[in-house]
Amino acid sequence: MPPSPAPVISIRGLRKSYGETEAVRGIDLEVMPGEVFAFLGPNGAGKTTTVEILEGYRKRGSGEISVLGEDPERAGREWRERIGIVLQSGRLDPYLTVRESLDLYAGYFRSPRPTEEVIALVGLEGKADERARRLSGGQQRRLDVGMALVGDPELLFLDEPTTGFDPSARRQAWDVIAGLRDLGKTVFLTTHYMDEAQRLADRVTIIAAGQIVARGTPEDLGDRENQPTTIRYRAAGEEVVVETATPVRTLNELTGAALAKGEELEGLEVTRPSLEDVYLELTADGEATKEARP
Amino acid sequence: MTGLALIGHQFRYDQKAFWRNPASVFFTVMFPVIVFLILAVVFNGETVKVRGGVAATTYYVPAIMSLSIISATMQTLAMTLVIAREDGRLKRGRGTPMPPWVFIAGRIGNSIVVAVMMMALLALIGGVLYGVGVPWDRLPAILLALIVGAASFCCLGIALTAAIPSQDAAAAIVNALLLPLYFLSGVFIPEDQLPNGVIHFADVFPVRHFFDAFFDAYVPAGGSAVSWDNLAIVALWGVVGLLLAIRFFRWTPRNG
Repeated sequence: MPPSPAPVISIRGLRKSYGETEAVRGIDLEVMPGEVFAFLGPNGAGKTTTVEILEGYRKRGSGEISVLGEDPERAGREWRERIGIVLQSGRLDPYLTVRESLDLYAGYFRSPRPTEEVIALVGLEGKADERARRLSGGQQRRLDVGMALVGDPELLFLDEPTTGFDPSARRQAWDVIAGLRDLGKTVFLTTHYMDEAQRLADRVTIIAAGQIVARGTPEDLGDRENQPTTIRYRAAGEEVVVETATPVRTLNELTGAALAKGEELEGLEVTRPSLEDVYLELTADGEATKEARP
Repeated sequence: MTGLALIGHQFRYDQKAFWRNPASVFFTVMFPVIVFLILAVVFNGETVKVRGGVAATTYYVPAIMSLSIISATMQTLAMTLVIAREDGRLKRGRGTPMPPWVFIAGRIGNSIVVAVMMMALLALIGGVLYGVGVPWDRLPAILLALIVGAASFCCLGIALTAAIPSQDAAAAIVNALLLPLYFLSGVFIPEDQLPNGVIHFADVFPVRHFFDAFFDAYVPAGGSAVSWDNLAIVALWGVVGLLLAIRFFRWTPRNG
């Protein structure tokens, strides 16, 4: 059996405070080579703090971090040759064209990916000679991703790549990100959209109020299979809600009792939690949840 | 790429962006030319009573050159660096293998090239329209004043970014500082018409000393070509700017 590959990112007991506020309260996680990893949570949950520590922009409070085998706080130029960063908010030089912006960045790296290839990767073929200021928001974001791909990095950080986008721009950005997986890149994606994580990620970790509250694949996230089923009906004009871990038995008992009395269970409804429900439930305890629903 | 090649690479794109940006072209290129033409038309034929009497048009060529050098360096750097910082472009650049100083060096190179071009343009306009000759024999002194001034005002511009909170505030703060100093330092109003108290006040700031030094270098009627004391004061301001820049310059946006 081949040895299991070393994680690209590994975090142990990461903490970070700003003054009195503890933004990140002891998190552990690992990201494996070639996976798209989604770090999901509401605004203010600690996502950007964490990703900026991984990128080397911020100093940690405490904990152990390894990104591509190095400590981001001490890593140098060689390490930066291997990573690509798309910041949460960032504008491009409005007066440079798509091709010029990419060529400018290509000059920063030792062995850049050819500009024409990057333009094709982010689907901006028709806009190569357009100045950045004339691009739509979605196109600017794709150029943003393109600039992070110029150095042909092994690891790509995407901090909320589609926040504030209209549906069609989001879809375009998603297509680009989905394409990165095919290139074999490891992607660390932060988002506060459940559907984005579901659509793009191999694995999702949910953070709320600085702590990890769930992790798993998009399918089994939050142990949805074992979450209680909700049964609703009306009895004597009043709504009755029953939460049960054994829906078959409970339903059998309820319907059996109703049949015995010759009654209907009015408005009978059996529901399982959606992923969105699981997410909102998991992140509901944090103070940050007020902002969670855009 | 080596350090120098990287600076050249960065400089090429900074030049493109500079010439395509209507705000930089207006403030740095058009504005000094317009101001020179207005002043030359208004004061043509008059004599400024400094250094034994200098034709007003001859006076305004080095005066507006001084303004252009300050505008190309301090003003352009302060404004474009704040915009790049608030856009997140400085932060993004720091995420690449490029050493951060390359970004600053490219911008400084851009400023110096623009400053030299503006000197040539104003010399040409002054010569063709008003017969103001270029004192070629004083070129070393002129270049010395240019180098000391450009370096110092670059440092001051970079330092000033720390005091500018947002993109919107950039033009306002820079102009609020520089425009009054141009007036008080004799750049717009000939200094023989300024009260002594005003000149003494302006003497506290580097604009006045740079204009003095540049004027001494440029105008043959003056005494010694190199005004060491003025250049020393300009350089001192530059060093203070450099120290402030090293201490307070930030790469990340204020708003996030």
